Amino acid sequence: MKILKIAYRNLMHKPVRSILTIGGVSMAVAVVVCLIGFDAGYRQSLKQDIDKMGYQLLVTAKGCPYEAATMMLQGGGGLRYMPQEIYKKIITDPRVDVVTPQLVHSIFDPNDSEGRGSVTLFMGVDDSFRKLKPWVQFKNGGWFSSSDANEVIMGYEVAELEQRVAGDKIFITGVDKVFTVAGVFERTGTQDDGLTFMPLQTAQKIFSLENKLTGIGIKLKHIETITAFEEDLYNEPSIQVISMAQVKGTILNLVSSVRVMTTAIAAIAVFIAVIGVINTILMAVFERTKEIGVMKALGATKYQIFKIIWTETTIICLGGAVGGAILAFLCSSLVGFFLKTILPYSPSGNIVIISTLSLAATGAAVLIVGSIVGIYPAYKAASIRPIEAIRQGD
Amino acid sequence: MGDIIINAKKLTKTYIRGTEKINAVDNIDFTVRQGDFTAVMGPSGSGKTTLLDTLGCLDTITSGQLTVSGTDVSQMSENRLVRVRRENFGFIFQQFLLVPSLTVLENIALPLYFLGRSADNRLTGEMLEKVGLTGRKNHLPRELSGGECQRAAIARALITSPKVLFADEPTGNLDTQKSQEMFSMFDRLNKQDGLTILVATHNPELGRQAKNIINIRDGRIIEN
Repeated sequence: MKILKIAYRNLMHKPVRSILTIGGVSMAVAVVVCLIGFDAGYRQSLKQDIDKMGYQLLVTAKGCPYEAATMMLQGGGGLRYMPQEIYKKIITDPRVDVVTPQLVHSIFDPNDSEGRGSVTLFMGVDDSFRKLKPWVQFKNGGWFSSSDANEVIMGYEVAELEQRVAGDKIFITGVDKVFTVAGVFERTGTQDDGLTFMPLQTAQKIFSLENKLTGIGIKLKHIETITAFEEDLYNEPSIQVISMAQVKGTILNLVSSVRVMTTAIAAIAVFIAVIGVINTILMAVFERTKEIGVMKALGATKYQIFKIIWTETTIICLGGAVGGAILAFLCSSLVGFFLKTILPYSPSGNIVIISTLSLAATGAAVLIVGSIVGIYPAYKAASIRPIEAIRQGD
Repeated sequence: MGDIIINAKKLTKTYIRGTEKINAVDNIDFTVRQGDFTAVMGPSGSGKTTLLDTLGCLDTITSGQLTVSGTDVSQMSENRLVRVRRENFGFIFQQFLLVPSLTVLENIALPLYFLGRSADNRLTGEMLEKVGLTGRKNHLPRELSGGECQRAAIARALITSPKVLFADEPTGNLDTQKSQEMFSMFDRLNKQDGLTILVATHNPELGRQAKNIINIRDGRIIEN
């Protein structure tokens, strides 16, 4: 008979209590794994979102950089505008590879979404957009027929939502015009999926924003020239320059408070789980005092009793680690969804990514913590004097 | 006369209750020899259990001298007493005290594990047969009757071939018929296998079936 078998049988003698304790550890493990997964997933998704923009610098009208950062990623309303001359000036700079002007505009349709109303986001772009994002493919249709055509290209999600394909006609509320759907983009996994694109000139005309832009995306020929290029643009009074590295840092700062909160929750969960494990094993030791006394009478040494009780703690922690890993896998999408609802900004894609490394690290940490917390109940059990234990309650 | 296994000289065990000192075993001289079947008798609180506990090295002594197989164990620590117990003694108790999470077979094999020996199927099979529990070997203690539990406890006590079997009120939770069967088994083990048995009981009818009887009162032997 092996020690593992004795320990397992002892735990299964009170299955509900053991399973509840393992469940508690599993919850704590799942929270920690999801938290680590969130940290990694958020950074990765944010990087992907920023990389998929295709540019390294964004020029916007002077204003709050935080607003600009989120606007840039979300295409939000309430935007500031800058004159198109800035674009003309930037494009002549020999250091730039691609420059893409953008005009974002939102229209609220009060009759949409069964009377609740909804906002449609439009982005005016020109041919440079395709050069900047060569990976964007068409699901159906193609690019605009001309630079001032009354045509739109729909992002994947917008087209799915409205059940549109190339060739369909759409009526744009507010400007009271009918547009033809020139094409529908394939899914990009970025905010582009939720936008409706139209030629820049058309957008400026129908939204009465001639010679106005909300942003200019810039890709440089050589990344090492970025600092000098940024400094040159700082001299322009009406604009601000945001590098993607800054955007990333700004957004990560915004979510750091959420990370502090979730870390605190995880710490509390771990603490409760540890107390639960100690409590369960101590109760088991207390209830089995006589049994342990008999084992000692039958010849069990202190070390053998210690090993049995310590193994029980380890089994609970091991079960908790495995259960937690499974739970984390099953719940990562749900946790990601929940976090997206409370975060000031969340990138597209999965923001909770469960990695093998995080699972292994958490599992190892749980086993180490379990091994340490298991020492006290095991020591208590090993220290029981056989005669006092056997005669207890007589 | 068999060889001396346990030799107690002026054995005393004192408990302190508040300011009062109670000599549960008081200055007892006693010898257990190979092949003895001794019944320790006396009323409740007379010191029967304490005498068995101290002779069986389950409890330390306050004064006097105690030797087991020629080794002085009087001052031994609990860690060393464990070795003395598992190499020399088997125990059965009034409440059976089987490990509830283990089957009969696993309970019987448990002392072998503590000795660092693997479960010997032949040996455990023999033990099960000896106590008539072959058909119940995979049952948990809660599925057994009181008599079956006590027989399992006997098999567990005998699995390591102890020199002395200590039985403290082994029939306390059994009816008359089962009690008689238990003592018949002790008699058989003593006569056929030469097992040395020390049994505490307050039942005179059962006690009379032992080869020797000692009567104990207030921690002292009043009749041997």
